[in-house]
Amino acid sequence: MDIRVQQESFDLGAEANAFAARQAGMGAVVTFTGIVRDLEGGLDAMEIEHYPGMTESALTGIAEEAARRWQIGDALILHRYGRLTADELIMMVATASRHRADAFQAAEFLMDYLKSRAPFWKKEVTRAGEGWVAARDEDEDALSRW
Amino acid sequence: MDVLYFAWVRERIGHPKDRVETRAATVRDLVEELRAREDRYAAAFADLSALRVAVDQELSDFDAPLGDAREVAFFPPMTGG
Repeated sequence: MDIRVQQESFDLGAEANAFAARQAGMGAVVTFTGIVRDLEGGLDAMEIEHYPGMTESALTGIAEEAARRWQIGDALILHRYGRLTADELIMMVATASRHRADAFQAAEFLMDYLKSRAPFWKKEVTRAGEGWVAARDEDEDALSRW
Repeated sequence: MDVLYFAWVRERIGHPKDRVETRAATVRDLVEELRAREDRYAAAFADLSALRVAVDQELSDFDAPLGDAREVAFFPPMTGG
């Protein structure tokens, strides 16, 4: 398991390659990447706050739960905090398994859980002002399928 | 005990952390004590359904006993990913 919470950006290709390269006997690697969107136009920044200490333990717990539910050989969760601008990478997950179904499902599980169970909060800073992003009911509902 | 605030809860209260001496038995009792401090606390804790709580960095609920908790954090629903 590789859990990282950091301010600096990351190289998606390099991370995916390094993750794939350290697997043995895994036939599948799935990656997901989240990117800052500027849906309305006018986004100056996305500020991400987190709870140091709890963030790392919550992400570790979510990754361990994924490893209990699916046959995955490894998982990576990398999530940024601080001030980001449109089109910057926010986070990524990667999972490795012998067959692709486990890696796909575990990656979706990681995403669903870290959206509403890892202590991150997003604030959008736009030309019109700033506001905290509200949690969406769909994100909470998504947990019920697991 | 340390009481931490994040996101708009921190903004509404005006600082990220309080050190409190309390005999509150549950999270809800602690919230009542905080509400009584000042208007900005009452405003931050006006609607508990809009808040989440962690006790010693584990997600918890408002009826949870505090026991020997060293750190309680209040924040809005999380928006990671």
